[in-house]
Amino acid sequence: MKIQQIADIEKAGCKHQETLYVPEVLTINTGMASCGIAAGADKTFKRATQEFEHDRNIRLRSTGCLGFCEMEPLVEIYRKNGPRIIYKKATEDKIRDIVDGYRENVFDKKLVLGQMRDPRSLLDQDVPNPLLNVEPAPGVPFLEDIPFYDRQVKIALRNCGYIDPEKIEEYMARGGYKAFLSALKRNAPQEIIAAIKESGLRGRGGGGFPTGVKWESCAAHQGERYIICNADEGDPGAYMDRSILEGDPHTIIEGMLIAGLAIGSREGFIYVRNEYPLAVKRLVTAIRQATEYGLLGQHIAGSDFSFEMKISTGAGAFVCGESTALMASLEGEVGRPRAKYVHTVEKGFRQGPSNLNNVETYANVPVILAKGARWFANLGTDHSKGTKVFSLVGKIKNTGLVEVPMGTSLRNIIFDIGGGIPGKKAFKAVQTGGPSGGCIPEAYLDLGVDFNELAKVGSIMGSGGMIVMDQDTCMVDVARYFLDFLKEESCGQCNPCREGIKRMLEILTRVCEGDGREGDIDLLQELGDMVRKFSLCGLGTSAPNPVLTTIKYFREEYEAHIRDKKCPAGVCKPLFHYEISEDACTGCTLCARKCPQEAITGEKKEPHVLDQEKCIKCGICYDVCKFGAVVIA
Amino acid sequence: MKMNETQSTINNAAPAIDYLALDKMVEEKFGNDKENLIMILQAIQAAYNYLPQPVLAYLAEKIGIPLSRIYGVATFYSTFSLEPRGKNIINICLGTACHVRGAGKVLQRIEDTLHVDNGKTTEDGQFTLESVRCIGCCSLGPVVKINEDVYGRIGSEDLDKILDHYGESHREQDN
Repeated sequence: MKIQQIADIEKAGCKHQETLYVPEVLTINTGMASCGIAAGADKTFKRATQEFEHDRNIRLRSTGCLGFCEMEPLVEIYRKNGPRIIYKKATEDKIRDIVDGYRENVFDKKLVLGQMRDPRSLLDQDVPNPLLNVEPAPGVPFLEDIPFYDRQVKIALRNCGYIDPEKIEEYMARGGYKAFLSALKRNAPQEIIAAIKESGLRGRGGGGFPTGVKWESCAAHQGERYIICNADEGDPGAYMDRSILEGDPHTIIEGMLIAGLAIGSREGFIYVRNEYPLAVKRLVTAIRQATEYGLLGQHIAGSDFSFEMKISTGAGAFVCGESTALMASLEGEVGRPRAKYVHTVEKGFRQGPSNLNNVETYANVPVILAKGARWFANLGTDHSKGTKVFSLVGKIKNTGLVEVPMGTSLRNIIFDIGGGIPGKKAFKAVQTGGPSGGCIPEAYLDLGVDFNELAKVGSIMGSGGMIVMDQDTCMVDVARYFLDFLKEESCGQCNPCREGIKRMLEILTRVCEGDGREGDIDLLQELGDMVRKFSLCGLGTSAPNPVLTTIKYFREEYEAHIRDKKCPAGVCKPLFHYEISEDACTGCTLCARKCPQEAITGEKKEPHVLDQEKCIKCGICYDVCKFGAVVIA
Repeated sequence: MKMNETQSTINNAAPAIDYLALDKMVEEKFGNDKENLIMILQAIQAAYNYLPQPVLAYLAEKIGIPLSRIYGVATFYSTFSLEPRGKNIINICLGTACHVRGAGKVLQRIEDTLHVDNGKTTEDGQFTLESVRCIGCCSLGPVVKINEDVYGRIGSEDLDKILDHYGESHREQDN
């Protein structure tokens, strides 16, 4: 069927609304994004297939990621007139018990994460809430009330974990492609651009450039225009784009179609990391399905608008997240940035006007058109509208993807949603913005996250990685880590970046190895200032951020490394050693048994002793000791 | 390309190259278009496990760009290898989330256990150790990916069991 009218979308989606909300048979959704699969979701799915293959009253579906990665594999069970229950850590051995429990209306607290109050997305509110008159499961908390979810507002992630990403009809059933088709029927590109401008949407890839302004200037330039999606999520510690690509690929296609319509383009490219094979696979499927429905191709829905879409896979180069480098890479070249005297909206890919936005940016676009620019602009802060997805990772209890309104404080995100630091350890810093960002100390935890506020403390929003660090993280080592990353990833064509980062890394390396000298901190700041001012592209100009912010907020750690030759966090091997505290050691013998070097000796129930000569500082004893008896000295 | 052919590439320096299949792939899948160079190289690496020099020379002629430029692209992007790689590819994630959770120690332990440096292949051709920057499974860090299998929340003591699953040989080397 080729889609011609809005009614066609409703027709295509209609049958699937039943599957999504009121299925006659017991329906089991398994979250099968890469993170879920790595946690064992594929095994759960396989086991469920074997167990229930002949049960005609059960339907198995695979969906994307619901975001609460710490609790994966996540499995959701529902049926018409029954509650919708999300089960946590649903490994293969538990699936039988889970299903039996649901059928018998018994909900084991150890297995249940919560139940849903309303499974609809914000784009299909015309459908009645299927759970409105359903008796809730007794004693099971509502998902919307548990701390991980209660502050979240899902716009970009609205479909992730709900729909089968390989079924375009389910995307349609949740209001998908209607925003695009309505815009196509109105045929008023100026209106779209005006709406995106009014919404205040800023680029979610890191820079935060106003999206509507970018679209407008691209549309104003003559030539064959291109729409490009940056899905080369290179920031280590950020994976929100992967989740959207894997869980809701059609939202990106719809966002790009709208951009194509607004800007007047006939061709779109998605530049996606080769490290995300599942995302590539689901995009390929999504593009094929959209083409079959006539939403991509020639004369879409009988109009004059034609749009083709291609996928191009990157090959592992962080610098390709930079717009000019990405476009060079799309052309099959080495991904080296160029000076932007002429912007890519004028001359970019194939020398044509090119509009490049990030995955999350495109995912917001259909919602802005459907709900209205004002609605979107009402969310967030003065400078930053809408929501932002963060990947909350590192030393945090509830790792996962969270989407919160701009302006939510770091403290809310880390301690309320994230549940704080595991294992009674103390919070030290949160790193935002990846290698281009900075480390923010406890003093600024009440900062509301938006583009401007983060810039004020020397960091950036970046693509949304939020890496939490505790007392066991060495800030000097973190700075060294990022510079090591950037040294590898610098394309090497401009001196300040290529040489500057290398020299800064040399200094940091000697500081971490115990050979730091007086004056090294000043030298790092001076070099950092030079690299920031004179590098050619964003990679270089932001590269010193991790070093400069750690010096600013954790200077005493640098001084401890340089003057006292100590690494207080116990990370830099030459600058610390482990000791066993005689008072705290209970003589449980665990450390002695786990030590690969047989460096620990002692009688049972007597304090143990660590032989410094044999110790290789692998840290196993420190990790396994339940009594905090292994200490860093 | 079948598995046994891949293996033979490792054991013998010069792999058997099927130029007909190469022609077909470059023409049908990639339209003989040099703009698709990166994806063509990915397909070649998927077939041979690395980028054999004769294939690149042939490709240069075929899509009409100098071999030097192909070499430039192949060495710029970290995915590509110009040397034969092992039967099993170990990718250890050194992304930030994994780093703060101790990926460095895990890397050290793999290097010590297999007697191989990061980026190199074991002498018996069983394993190639390649660090990567984030595979997007940050919630499970530290993460190690062996071929297509992802292992999360790895402690440095879990490794031997996992490695044993892929090859027995590293044990013998230890003795």
